[in-house]
Amino acid sequence: MQARESGRRGLSHYLLAGFFGLFVAFLYGPMSAIFVLSFQGPTGGLTFPMRGVSLRWFHALFSQERTGDFAGSFTRSLLLAALVLSLTVVISVLAGLAFRRRFPGSSFLFYLAVASLIMPGILVGLGIGVTFQFLDIPTAWYSSGLGAQLTWTLPFGLLIMFAVLSRFNRAYEEAGRDLGATNWQVFWLIVVPILAPGIIGVALFGFTLSYDEFARSLLTAGAQNTLPMEIWGMTTNVTSPALFALGTVTTLVSFAAIILSLGSIALIERRRTRRGSVAAGTSPAPGH
Amino acid sequence: MAVGGNAGSARGGIVLKGVTKRFGDTTAVRGIDLEIPGGAYCCLLGPSGCGKTTILRMIAGHEDPSAGVVSIDGEDVVGKRPMQRGTAMMFQSYALFPHLSCLDNVAFNLKVRGIGKAQRRERALEMLERVRMGAFAHRLPAQLSGGQQQRIALARALITNPRVLLLDEPLSALDEFLRLQMRLELKRIQHEFGITFVHVTHTQMEAIALADTVVVMDQGRIEHAGAAREVFEQPRTAYVARFIGGQNVLSGTVVASHPGRVTLETGAQRIVLDAPGTEREVGALFEVALRRDRVSLRRSSSAIEAPSPNSVMARVGSMEYQGSWFKIQLDGASGEEFVVNLPDTRYFEDPLAEGDEVIAAWNPQEAHLLGTGGAQG
Repeated sequence: MQARESGRRGLSHYLLAGFFGLFVAFLYGPMSAIFVLSFQGPTGGLTFPMRGVSLRWFHALFSQERTGDFAGSFTRSLLLAALVLSLTVVISVLAGLAFRRRFPGSSFLFYLAVASLIMPGILVGLGIGVTFQFLDIPTAWYSSGLGAQLTWTLPFGLLIMFAVLSRFNRAYEEAGRDLGATNWQVFWLIVVPILAPGIIGVALFGFTLSYDEFARSLLTAGAQNTLPMEIWGMTTNVTSPALFALGTVTTLVSFAAIILSLGSIALIERRRTRRGSVAAGTSPAPGH
Repeated sequence: MAVGGNAGSARGGIVLKGVTKRFGDTTAVRGIDLEIPGGAYCCLLGPSGCGKTTILRMIAGHEDPSAGVVSIDGEDVVGKRPMQRGTAMMFQSYALFPHLSCLDNVAFNLKVRGIGKAQRRERALEMLERVRMGAFAHRLPAQLSGGQQQRIALARALITNPRVLLLDEPLSALDEFLRLQMRLELKRIQHEFGITFVHVTHTQMEAIALADTVVVMDQGRIEHAGAAREVFEQPRTAYVARFIGGQNVLSGTVVASHPGRVTLETGAQRIVLDAPGTEREVGALFEVALRRDRVSLRRSSSAIEAPSPNSVMARVGSMEYQGSWFKIQLDGASGEEFVVNLPDTRYFEDPLAEGDEVIAAWNPQEAHLLGTGGAQG
């Protein structure tokens, strides 16, 4: 191993590095083009070159000039994402804990739940939309739309909880009960704090999956658009760099969500290892 | 708590009556009767899967028996929560809460009982001092070594003021040096608190060194429960003798029997034993245990020397130097492993070599007659 590492790199190294380079270019290339173009000057167009630099197109976004209802759809999407996040966290955590016990039909129930991951989203949305119409209930983002998005986020949340719980030692709960804690205290004082990083992960997935969900929402969101649908509409009728400004703003929101979650996970992990390392020098246990 | 009217004078006397535990189709514990006097140090000893941990968990209240009664100080505790039982358990993995400092781990019981922060921290610190971990109060469990984590787990269990402390393989995660150190520490703490310790282990010498009462288990049954010395010197069955170690088991069928003397066919050779008061039918199974350090060796003068009573002829197999003694394996002595622990001074007087013909002999009173397996509980 040592010799190979210090020796010259093989062909596979360059192939893999090239592949990774392509991946990065495809992912961040367009994103940075959009980012740069969103600061286009007032007289500039949808393509390079830049004619000056301005925040004009960001203004245009919030002023309902000719760009559609950005502010309204943005708010709706954030509210919906918050709702989806909360429900996904609560239901996935409880379901994950329940699935630890093998009950009759548990694996059937599990496959039933995760099957929606392979069903085409547009069909799920269509089915929900048609059903609501048949029952004569108006579709709306907070009812049919919310339900449609949960068919997408709950299986993900459950799968994450499975991964998180597979590393969770049940002895913690037994120790809690052994020390006189009620089931409620065991849950809040032991299970939730220990699982916190995983639960934040579920929340992040719930939020981002909802925030940019399109296929399932298209036919279930009702009269008022969520952000992805508004963007879709704009691509066909907005011909100004406001479109790029929109892309920049929504991407920043996604990044903020990711940074917030990863940041809090890192904070928890650090809190768990930091405290004693200050005093580590006093450890009287050589060899351990 | 109710004052019990059973055997021990101290608190924490445990009685199991007809306790059985089934998990689906498998039976982990089969109708066990056991009495552990209050204030005793009891070791449950056996190979993995013998049911010892299940018994511990039933005393702790983490499993309910399928049948039978578990009582502590005369009070039936089946169905009660651990706190109501007055038990505390130390888990094999210690199960220290990773998100809490050592101090808060130890104070956990006081917290869930609603005791104020200042008071519970003070009492937790006091307990940490008693296990000599006061300096580590503000560390997180992950920052401690195995031995230190164990002391924290011990403090966390003891702060509940239990009458019974249950320890699930407490020393198995430690290296040899720490294991010996913690063994002494456990004994010291048990003395200091004067409560019952029930300690599950699969290490024979650990049980012998620690326990007032050793309970040897196999396949969900108790093979032998008794004082450490009794279990070591007078194992009840061949299983116990083999499991505890330090013994050779001679087992064979009786081919001739006279008052006070039996002749066995072991599969390797015939052995004549002085066995006062025992007369056996020809063809019956006969088993004796023989301590490895009570067998003497001498070179055999000729390969066809007549077998004398209380001895076997054998060839020296592998030898292992143990410092103060030699472990000498003999081939062809009996149907199974036959080992002689020879003091080093005796060995060096006339060093043996592999393949040497020897006679292993013992005083008749050293042979301990064994019962047939599993009969007694």
